[in-house]
Amino acid sequence: MRIGSWLAAAGRFCYEFVVGDTPEIAVGVGVLIILAWVLSRGGGGVSAWLLPLAVAALLLGSLWRGRSAG
Amino acid sequence: MTGTVLIALTVFGASAVEMVEALTIVLASGFTRGWRSALEGAGAALVCLAAAVAICGPALVHYVPINTLRVVVGSLLLVLGLQWLRKAVLRASGYRSKHDEDASYRREVERLSGLPRSGAGRDATGFIISFKGVLLEGLEVVMIVLTLGLSSGRLGIAVVAAAAAVLVVGGAGVAVSRQLREVPENAMKLGVGLMLVTFGTFWGGEGVGVRWPGADVALLGLLAFYGALAWAAAKWLSRSAGGASVAGPA
Repeated sequence: MRIGSWLAAAGRFCYEFVVGDTPEIAVGVGVLIILAWVLSRGGGGVSAWLLPLAVAALLLGSLWRGRSAG
Repeated sequence: MTGTVLIALTVFGASAVEMVEALTIVLASGFTRGWRSALEGAGAALVCLAAAVAICGPALVHYVPINTLRVVVGSLLLVLGLQWLRKAVLRASGYRSKHDEDASYRREVERLSGLPRSGAGRDATGFIISFKGVLLEGLEVVMIVLTLGLSSGRLGIAVVAAAAAVLVVGGAGVAVSRQLREVPENAMKLGVGLMLVTFGTFWGGEGVGVRWPGADVALLGLLAFYGALAWAAAKWLSRSAGGASVAGPA
């Protein structure tokens, strides 16, 4: 019983740590990395400029959301 | 060399920011519940954090392939870095209030003063509050030390930089015997956020097969790119917030 509540607390802590009030960042980074991995597996490779641009777009999108949320 | 200096600066900055917040809790606990229990709590938490690095570090190096480690570490650093950067830009542009260490200290003192004492000797409440404060703030530091240290193969440098930050912030706190409200927390958060996003992009990219032009030197290009982006975003947001100053995020 006690172990279960500890695990639940640890799970909540991890969720707050990684996702918190910015789920768009956690999901966006996950999607970005998977896309880059799929592209590189396809044999075409990933251009060096593509990842920073996608991260920049993610940051701007999250800021826009944060601006609306206050 | 470029990577080593950036890693040391990033770990030092991140650790210092988190330790300032932990110091506020330890000082509040020390002044209200007694120094013995507050310092023992902080010390016990630091031992737990050091043990986490000592156990997890070598285990991850031995059992996880470097490319897998870099993808996972890069993703984590990107998430953490973007969260820090977002918060710092929103604060600098006036969309969020700046973190007030004095207000946190007053709240903590008020809360702790109202709690009953456990009797003579060690105060359990003071110990636990101090222990939890240092442990929770320190876990983020452990994550940053492990991710940056392992991906670059410079775990020793990352550990030394984090320990230096603990000593500097702890020493300053003891010397002035109060919380460090003059520390430019938002500027530090912005700087560390930029470096975490830079390393996250670099290693996340390397892990999935990106070949960065100039190898380690690309880190400087990424840092400049994200720095310019954060500055432009803060200006843009500040203008739409009604002219709040972004000249110096403090």
